[in-house]
Amino acid sequence: MRVALFVTCVNDTLFPGTGRATVSLLRRLGCEVDFPAAQTCCGQMHVNTGYRDEGVRLARRFTEVFRDYDAVVAPSGSCAAMVREQYPRLAAGEGGGFAEAVAEVAPKVHELSEFLIDVLGVTDVGASFPHRVTYHPTCHSLRGLRLGDRPLTLLGNVRGLELLPLPGAEECCGFGGTFSVKNPEVSAAMCAAKVDNVLDCGAEVLCAADNSCLMHVGGMLGRRKTGVRIMHLAEILARTEAT
Amino acid sequence: MSGAGRGRGSVTFIGMPRSFRENAAEAMQDAQLGRNLRKATHTIRGKRARVVEELPDWAELREAGRAVKDHTLRHLDRYLLQLEEAVTRAGGHVHWAADADEANRIVTELVRATGESDVVKVKSMVTQEIGLNEHLAAHGITAYETDLAELIVQLGDDWPSHILVPAIHRNRTEIREIFRDRMAAWGRPAPEGLSDEPAALAEAARLHLRERFLSSKVAISGANFMIAETGTMVVVESEGNGRMCLTLPETLISVVGIEKVLPTWRDLEVFLQLLPRSSTGERMNPYTSMWTGATEGQRFHLVLLDNGRTGVLADEVGRQALRCIRCSACLNVCPVYERAGGHAYGSVYPGPIGAILTPQLRGMGSELDNSLPYASSLCGACLEVCPVAIDIPEVLVELRARARHPRSERMAMRAAGWLLADQARLSRAQRLAVRLRRLIPRRLPGPASAWTDTRDLPEIPEESFRDWWERS
Amino acid sequence: MSAREEILGRIRRAVAEAPEAPEAGIPRAYRTAVPCDDLAGLLAERIADYRAIVHVVPVALVPARLAELAAGKRIAVPDGLPAEWAGPAREAADAVLTDPARDELGAADAVLTGCAVAIAVTGTIVLDAGPGQGRRELTLVPDHHLCVVRADQIVAGVPEAIARLTPDAPLTWISGPSATSDIELDRVEGVHGPRTLEVVIAI
Repeated sequence: MRVALFVTCVNDTLFPGTGRATVSLLRRLGCEVDFPAAQTCCGQMHVNTGYRDEGVRLARRFTEVFRDYDAVVAPSGSCAAMVREQYPRLAAGEGGGFAEAVAEVAPKVHELSEFLIDVLGVTDVGASFPHRVTYHPTCHSLRGLRLGDRPLTLLGNVRGLELLPLPGAEECCGFGGTFSVKNPEVSAAMCAAKVDNVLDCGAEVLCAADNSCLMHVGGMLGRRKTGVRIMHLAEILARTEAT
Repeated sequence: MSGAGRGRGSVTFIGMPRSFRENAAEAMQDAQLGRNLRKATHTIRGKRARVVEELPDWAELREAGRAVKDHTLRHLDRYLLQLEEAVTRAGGHVHWAADADEANRIVTELVRATGESDVVKVKSMVTQEIGLNEHLAAHGITAYETDLAELIVQLGDDWPSHILVPAIHRNRTEIREIFRDRMAAWGRPAPEGLSDEPAALAEAARLHLRERFLSSKVAISGANFMIAETGTMVVVESEGNGRMCLTLPETLISVVGIEKVLPTWRDLEVFLQLLPRSSTGERMNPYTSMWTGATEGQRFHLVLLDNGRTGVLADEVGRQALRCIRCSACLNVCPVYERAGGHAYGSVYPGPIGAILTPQLRGMGSELDNSLPYASSLCGACLEVCPVAIDIPEVLVELRARARHPRSERMAMRAAGWLLADQARLSRAQRLAVRLRRLIPRRLPGPASAWTDTRDLPEIPEESFRDWWERS
Repeated sequence: MSAREEILGRIRRAVAEAPEAPEAGIPRAYRTAVPCDDLAGLLAERIADYRAIVHVVPVALVPARLAELAAGKRIAVPDGLPAEWAGPAREAADAVLTDPARDELGAADAVLTGCAVAIAVTGTIVLDAGPGQGRRELTLVPDHHLCVVRADQIVAGVPEAIARLTPDAPLTWISGPSATSDIELDRVEGVHGPRTLEVVIAI
């Protein structure tokens, strides 16, 4: 199967390891992976901060770049939710064939765990990762895409991995894109609650399907010198040897 | 958060003109407030979840609730006229008020016509929205709040901070102080040796208000629902202060927003399931009163209020906010409300629903109202619990597009948009960042310090993903 | 222009371009009848959850139970209360006030009424001011409300209750005693309404 990787601008720039892990995982599962080099950003930051025009320009670009692919995989619940949920609304008031392009592209965009389970039909990706891991379901994956227990199913089948339940898992970590700098006091308080819960559950690794949220919680885990690492779901699923 | 500048003179909270961020940051300094809010919101959140779980058809009820409201709003003119006719036929008098001033004038005239200078009130958001108590006071009429939480707020010369539990920011010790110090100025003093047990405090409120209920000639209420088909008004409550006000006085004046109308009697079978479970987390609230027109010898006046609602109705995206049945479930699940508290929103409508309703009703002229659409991480918990499926995040994003943006932010966003409009530009910027990666300090100056004060920045990797892909 | 015309005009302009939302499009896929094989049992359980007092009593024993409950009290009763309930109460009570005026209500320890409908799922009794129920203030001012529910008055859910009721007379839905959670979300029974609700379910 030939798939296009939408790596997302955050992963491209700050977390290339997640992109590499996604590629190696998909290849291992028999997919032919293409990376359309013209891709940049889904436009979520602009739209959600109130810069709709800039956001729409980026969204149009996205639909043009990915229009000809059968499937698009994004290692980000938030960016996938942007395309699938917010693009149709953005397109409602726009002309120039944008609505048609969205209708065509949006349904083909999958978050990684959705693609593995719903499209490839795989729940055991043959990974091995002998560590204590907890999973934060991130808001746009949980309430936007409704990933449900897909990521947990995948993690549950990783050899040696001990999955620890995260108290208050469904609560937001306080990132919210520019919310984290526009309301930093509330954002930091939300983050602190998440960090406390991560520490309470005794995990060595905090995993999520979104590096933006992980960057936020990880930033505080690091500042507090907790020793807890952050890892994207793709990076754990790509591991095949005990480390 | 108490005292200075918090007068009772205006609909906009005096002393709260700053941005949501500043109000929230100040509220978060108050550790007691934080504990009160956390305990209260988590308690009620759990109760709601349990009773909603009990109903296997919750999703269908919610969908029906949404659709009934959308249908009603689409034909609001027709249903208001039908309501007016039904109420009038049943002996009631219907008045129309285009704005707060007009509603206040009408109510004041109606009270004056009775010759009374005291009125008892049932908890009502809409009379707070229009500043009715203040208007009455300026015309020599004293309005006595009778809901326990509203009494606490009124005696404490305070502002409500929650739709359902307006004194959620106060704990029992603070409430005892308020009762001890302030009850005598408003009527029967607090009992000697009053303890801070909730039961004792409730008993003190019962004694304080009992005589007033039995002697008052005029009551003012809002309503949760109005039925166009029959002219029936519905008030949902817990304590019995509502029944007292609705039943005992000779004259009853209900001030109700035009969006509260429902087409048919049957529609109550939906909303009387959605509201109590979403609101107090009970299968049913203790008391619901329904009356049609002049009842048991009472004179009944209904004041229908617009006050900006038709403006909201005209907004394609924002009009869904008018579905709101004021249950407050969105407040109780909101992680931002839980930290900031209700006062930070500077409006009688706090929390997520307030963040979309207040800027639409009041406009976004003030710094505070302009900042309300940003008082959310867009986590979506509010939409999930909303019994009429108001997509609060969608409206927030829509309002953000209309907000005034700071100049520096506009420039930064334009620059980011320019960078992301072309993959070659993005690639060059990434390579530049890689070269400078060792020069980025752990704590950044200016606006970026908002992040680095409490969180480390991620390390810039040795190469971007696209460079790795190109190379391999 | 009157406020009435102004508001109606604004509404018409506001929705002129809005999408249609026809009445026929309202999905009513929720349950309008809830299956339940023990309505009285469920009602009793759900009323008790509100910390009200509940007695489930065979019809034949209701008069005796009411006599017991009324003993030693000054009881207010509405006009039209069935003789088999009013009679025993009258014999056992210290005093009976029939349909008392407001200034006499304070003298009553308790009020004894019937009801129009009871809802099992929510533990609710509904009064519609019909015979044996009285004016609204009758069940409001006294501190103790004693209410008899007949088996044929019990429905399962809210939709069944709405279908049986009409709003021609004032309705009061009662689910447990007066209560508040305004102080730290701690539920306290008894603020302004009757602090004791006692329900006799006649089966």
